Amino acid sequence: MAGGAASGGSSQSDTYAGARVWLLLPAWATLLILVVAPVGIMLVYSFLTKEFRGGVIWEFSWEAYDQFFFNRGLFGDEPPRIEWTYILIFWRSIWQAGVATLLSLAIGFPTACFIATRAPRQRPIWVFLVTIPYWVNLLIRTVSMKFLLRDNGPLNEALLGIGVISEPLHIVNTNLAVQLGLFYSYLPFMVLPIYAAVERYNFSLSEAAADLYAPRWTVLRRILLPAVKPGIVAGCILVFVPSLGSFLAPDLLGGARNFMIGSLIEEQFKGNAGNWPFGAAASMILLTLVLIILLFSARQQGRQEAR
Amino acid sequence: MNTSTTDAIDIRDAVKRYGDFTALHSVSLSIRDNEFFTLLGPSGCGKTTLLRMIAGFEDVTEGAIFLFGEEIEKLPPHKRPINTVFQNYALFPHMSVLENVGFGLEMLGHPMQEVRKRAGEALEMVQLSQFAARKPAQLSGGQQQRVALARALAPRPKVLLLDEPLSALDLKLRKAMQIELKHIQRDTGITFIFVTHDQEEALTMSDRIAVMSSGELQQLGDAREIYEQPRNTFVADFIGETNLLPVTVDEVQGGRAACHLPGGQTLTCDASAGVARGARVHLSLRPERVIVAAQPGVESLKATVRENIFVGTDITTIVDLAGGEEFRIRTSNSDRGRARIFEPGAGVFLNMEQGAARLLTD
Repeated sequence: MAGGAASGGSSQSDTYAGARVWLLLPAWATLLILVVAPVGIMLVYSFLTKEFRGGVIWEFSWEAYDQFFFNRGLFGDEPPRIEWTYILIFWRSIWQAGVATLLSLAIGFPTACFIATRAPRQRPIWVFLVTIPYWVNLLIRTVSMKFLLRDNGPLNEALLGIGVISEPLHIVNTNLAVQLGLFYSYLPFMVLPIYAAVERYNFSLSEAAADLYAPRWTVLRRILLPAVKPGIVAGCILVFVPSLGSFLAPDLLGGARNFMIGSLIEEQFKGNAGNWPFGAAASMILLTLVLIILLFSARQQGRQEAR
Repeated sequence: MNTSTTDAIDIRDAVKRYGDFTALHSVSLSIRDNEFFTLLGPSGCGKTTLLRMIAGFEDVTEGAIFLFGEEIEKLPPHKRPINTVFQNYALFPHMSVLENVGFGLEMLGHPMQEVRKRAGEALEMVQLSQFAARKPAQLSGGQQQRVALARALAPRPKVLLLDEPLSALDLKLRKAMQIELKHIQRDTGITFIFVTHDQEEALTMSDRIAVMSSGELQQLGDAREIYEQPRNTFVADFIGETNLLPVTVDEVQGGRAACHLPGGQTLTCDASAGVARGARVHLSLRPERVIVAAQPGVESLKATVRENIFVGTDITTIVDLAGGEEFRIRTSNSDRGRARIFEPGAGVFLNMEQGAARLLTD
């Protein structure tokens, strides 16, 4: 970013060199205030010493990160062992978010294709219908989900009623409930980018492939999927990243045993744990993880374009 | 069913309906093996619908389609040994030119080595070997068109369908491609079914032409037949230029019909079937079959010159007949020695040989 500004200023022939600095200022200011400063504060706090019941003491400390990765016994005097508790919570979060993303993809991709193949006048109506549930507050939707899924809720009653099951399914307080909750929370973020990609897709390419002896599934795999891949990648990132840090669905649907990172971090600032540096450190680790995933997928994408 | 095995494509009473709309009214035609066959007609005449039915992209509401005697109208497109060159080329953007051309062969299950070899040969045929590694987006429109052609030819289909493949090219390139397509058809021996709305293109390239209009087959024949013996006013008007004059038949005798124009002038011409005394029909006269002269000939009409328009190879003379009808005559520029050009306002005779005028009953 700095490189861009420097090259703009150093160019002698550039009449707008002076103006450009001013015109870019709002963008720089926004980035500074909304991205650099918060992340910076978080980074600093993660290296401070904790104060009981929230707050920090301004004294440098590795302790938050140490606590995350190592177990030194109750009094801190034993030789360090790897602390699995938090790594396990992270792993569970990645797993839950991953399953939710795959669920969204499985439902979202056909949905997007369905909408994109309607008559052009009907498409906005379908898109509108997809977004309607999301006008309701996320908390209310998640609570409603719990009512739907509980042992004597409508889902179980209906399944019992038509005789598919003889005993109610225990879904609430399981991983599945969390996955369903996350899937439902972020489904439109999967549908919309894929829809945008499929809508731009030239369907005569599918005809051409069929004409050249490709059966249906081969057309999908070899022609349609590569063409709409950017939309699929965008959709997956948009569902995976917020799912990873989510705390509403795991809290309400998953119960105490299905803790995820979002809840862990929330606890550090709101709950009784009240350990700000530890919360900040966990957030930094999560941020790093997300960045690595994004960079990896961006590089994959770039490599594909270049080929 | 008298299945003839010699015809490449045999279409029997094919009907296509979309809800209440009938796109194709019971079309029957046979396309011979090794033929350059053209479906010609204005947009919306059903020619593309018919082509898509042969390819398998549209199902057949009624009727049957045979490919070398085998009924194919129920087969999905990927099971028909027919390939298509699409109007917008429909090249796969994420594949290289060579991968595009090899796709059909790959799908047919040929080993990759053979796929590459034969795709390379197909590219050679359209003189694009040096672009094998490029992506379609890096080629010009004309080059993309040739890749689309190579891709459709590479699997050696029994029949090749071409859906207005030249319409996006500029005039010069189009003319060159017309000749090249004709050569490729002759060299490969594959049956070509070519769709176009450009009658000149159809006349230039085709062994036989099917003229279509409003979902019906109007006439089937070679270029000469269609041009010189149009069956109805639509064909006469659509193929080339013509003067259509409403006439009333006065007498039919010995294969000749005497008729008169609204202005009272009389003319005799060959009587086609179904022409009877008193019939009100149309007379078709091609602009180049008439000579403007100061003296009347065997068959003549009187007229007054309105204007002369210089159009390069030709001079178009617009005249008014005695009854007020407009009439156009085309004189080749190289005929200037023989034919005189008259000033506007001059009274002239339009002379024609016997058989130049043609009576059309509908």
